[in-house]
Amino acid sequence: MPEPLRRNLFAALGLVPRTFAPPDSGREVMRKRYFPNVPLVTHEGRPVRFYDDLLKDRIVVLNLMYADCTTLCPMITANLVKAQKILASRVTQEVSFVSLTIKPLDDTPEKLRAYASMHHATTNWLFVTGQPGNLELLRQKLGYADANPDKDRKDRALHSGMVRYGNEPLSQWSSIQGSADPEWIAEEITYVMPTGAVRRTTVR
Amino acid sequence: MYFNGRGEAVSRARWKEMYQAFLNRQELIKAGLTSRRDLLRMGLLGGAGMLIAKNGLSSWGGGNCRYGSTGCGTCASPPTTPWTLPMPIPPVKQAIPVSSLTGPAPSINPNTAINPATSLPYEGRTRAHQAPALGFPFPAGVVYQVTQQQSQVRVSNELPMQNLWTFDGVSPGPTYVAHYGTPVLVRNINNLPVSNGGFGLNSVSTHLHNSHTPSESDGFPCDFFAAGQYYDQYYPNALAGFNSTHVATHGDINESLSTLWYHDHRENFTSQNVYKGLLGFYLLFNQFDTGDETTGFRLPSFPNYDIPMAFADRCFDAQTGMMVFDTFNTDGILGDKFLVNGVIQPVLHVSPRRYRFRWLNTGPSRFLQVYLTDLTSPSTPQPFYQISNDGNLLPHPVQVPAVAMGVAERSDVIIDFSQYAGKTLYLENRLDQPNGQGGPTGSVVAGGQGFLMLKIIVDGPVVADNSINPATLPAYYALPSVSATPRLQRSFNFDQTRDGQWTINGRLFSCASPRFTIQQNSLEEWAFDGGFGWSHPIHVHFEEFQITQGAPGLYGSSSDDPSNYSRWGSQYCWSGCSGGSSGVNVSRKDTVRVIPRGNVKMRMRFRDWLGRYPMHCHNVIHEDHAMMLRFDVATTGDMNTRP
Repeated sequence: MPEPLRRNLFAALGLVPRTFAPPDSGREVMRKRYFPNVPLVTHEGRPVRFYDDLLKDRIVVLNLMYADCTTLCPMITANLVKAQKILASRVTQEVSFVSLTIKPLDDTPEKLRAYASMHHATTNWLFVTGQPGNLELLRQKLGYADANPDKDRKDRALHSGMVRYGNEPLSQWSSIQGSADPEWIAEEITYVMPTGAVRRTTVR
Repeated sequence: MYFNGRGEAVSRARWKEMYQAFLNRQELIKAGLTSRRDLLRMGLLGGAGMLIAKNGLSSWGGGNCRYGSTGCGTCASPPTTPWTLPMPIPPVKQAIPVSSLTGPAPSINPNTAINPATSLPYEGRTRAHQAPALGFPFPAGVVYQVTQQQSQVRVSNELPMQNLWTFDGVSPGPTYVAHYGTPVLVRNINNLPVSNGGFGLNSVSTHLHNSHTPSESDGFPCDFFAAGQYYDQYYPNALAGFNSTHVATHGDINESLSTLWYHDHRENFTSQNVYKGLLGFYLLFNQFDTGDETTGFRLPSFPNYDIPMAFADRCFDAQTGMMVFDTFNTDGILGDKFLVNGVIQPVLHVSPRRYRFRWLNTGPSRFLQVYLTDLTSPSTPQPFYQISNDGNLLPHPVQVPAVAMGVAERSDVIIDFSQYAGKTLYLENRLDQPNGQGGPTGSVVAGGQGFLMLKIIVDGPVVADNSINPATLPAYYALPSVSATPRLQRSFNFDQTRDGQWTINGRLFSCASPRFTIQQNSLEEWAFDGGFGWSHPIHVHFEEFQITQGAPGLYGSSSDDPSNYSRWGSQYCWSGCSGGSSGVNVSRKDTVRVIPRGNVKMRMRFRDWLGRYPMHCHNVIHEDHAMMLRFDVATTGDMNTRP
């Protein structure tokens, strides 16, 4: 019997006062719930770990894609490229972009390299492939699997328009819409940056 | 003893099964198993391609959210014993002298001087108060100061103290008791920490929901302010029409409001910040709705017999017992624990007399249909009187078997407990909603089979009751006429893109520019139509509307609930409601449930104040992810019919 189950069963029987594990820090809560440290390979052919090398201590923008996608993903990649340029002129903090393929068997590092270069997504941007099980685990953990397994099996990109972004050390995470105006995408990414790091546009 | 979410004792075997189902699902997610071959190999897929009915295997198939057992979607809170803590009633907010405010004196223009302690402007406001120019006193005669701060809050005796974000240390925050004709100024101080325990952003914008508030004090999503700053919000407490249609009478008495609430509205982080505790009540009284049952409409007296109740569902971590948020769920979040005024399944003791309860669904995503249930006879209807549909009084009380509420909707009800002396009753949500996708199925479960939210014990002393019996159908406010020809009709479709982005008319939210501009003091007609398969509670800031067509009624059908249906059949219209409004929908509202393939038409006037406001889905998960738009009210409007 797993330890938490045993503990709660005894507690529920009133045999011992229930004890809970001490609360985790915000970043530990997020790491344990959502960020498995699986091995991956970048478009440069470099082996990396998801949490240690791509998220830890960073401000990150994360999305799903695949290189042969002809409909929505190229538009989202193009929007993110524009947003990245806007951010560069507006913030002092570095923002890392990570794109995870949902077709790791097709998307070799070479193919992702070509995709990155076609989109001029070359600075602070990693396109990532790897073992299919690891990419699928990340798709599930990051909330991209549809809750309806039948729908999810038919289309594994049903939620891919929602781009994750966050400040890992501060455990501030949310989603932006990949089809939004790049100016607005950039503005929203600054929400997880310290006030002093942002030259904010004024809403009139 | 083991309990499910309804507080019923379940067998040890059943509880183990529920817990194991949760662990199974986690394992499956961990293993990344979704292919047909994997599932077949695990013996989880039957020959016909159906997932084998194993409880909790998926949030879709498990259906645990429906019946209130422990475990719901990705949520499996530790067991808690219901009915052990009293239902808290939030304290009434006390005014202070203006000289006692922390920081510089209030100013009409934003105080943008840099605070040397923070290197930020003292105040987060960016626009001047509009009210002084229209003759309102400044600073207001009544001044409050409220501090947003992290505090240790108890939600259950069996869970650790929670690090919630609160107003003045409590969640729900203190209740403002305001009066028409008495403007107030609230100095709202952000003292929230960076450290968030996994969710929440310490940058806030506090919205006063349903209020006729000038834009700069409304709590627009992008009028947020940082930790270390304050924001002075000026609430004129003036009747709509005071500067337009009803100048001579200082506004239209038939636009009076009563039950408002305040909550965080921070763009992109509203769901997290409200989930974490940033909400409270704001009650407005006047010469008719006085708070004193011997005067005016003679509604049960505040605070003893007039009690606000905020409903919420939440999820807690099975190992640490701390509240958790489903950060990367962009469909909708359901919890397996029900809270009333911040405590899981509390108890309320009442006297055998009439009470006014002010019910509020605070979400984040769940729809409710609340019944009064006597578990010794669970299928017997226990009707009561509904006197409001959102934040104001109906033309007269309406007897109902239940109240349906999407997120942010409110209902004031009058329940006469003299008929239940010595008994125990429950507030029960019987609406069937299996998971965070879509919305309610439309069915209601049998009495006693839903989520029990509050236990009410009628064991208080016999006391005088000077309130009017609602069965005598006293008149409250007449509905303002909306029969004039609207300046134009605008149409809005609420839907989702193929890749999961929430849209209005196929477009995404941005604060940067308005999608349309309304001509001040004009009447508009709006047509809402819902996308396929989803329910959306749509909220319009600033002005109330009247639904002229397609108002949704109670959920359920004759086959679900024959005893109720035969008596209240005409009110059951949750789907395909195309006719004019009747019953409790003959009302003013600020939030309407747009049901799958539903069509709603409404009319409203935009009066007195100028500036920017949002309209959005109040499933706060959808709101945060672009199912929102900005409109402006200006002296010249546009003619954009599908903005």
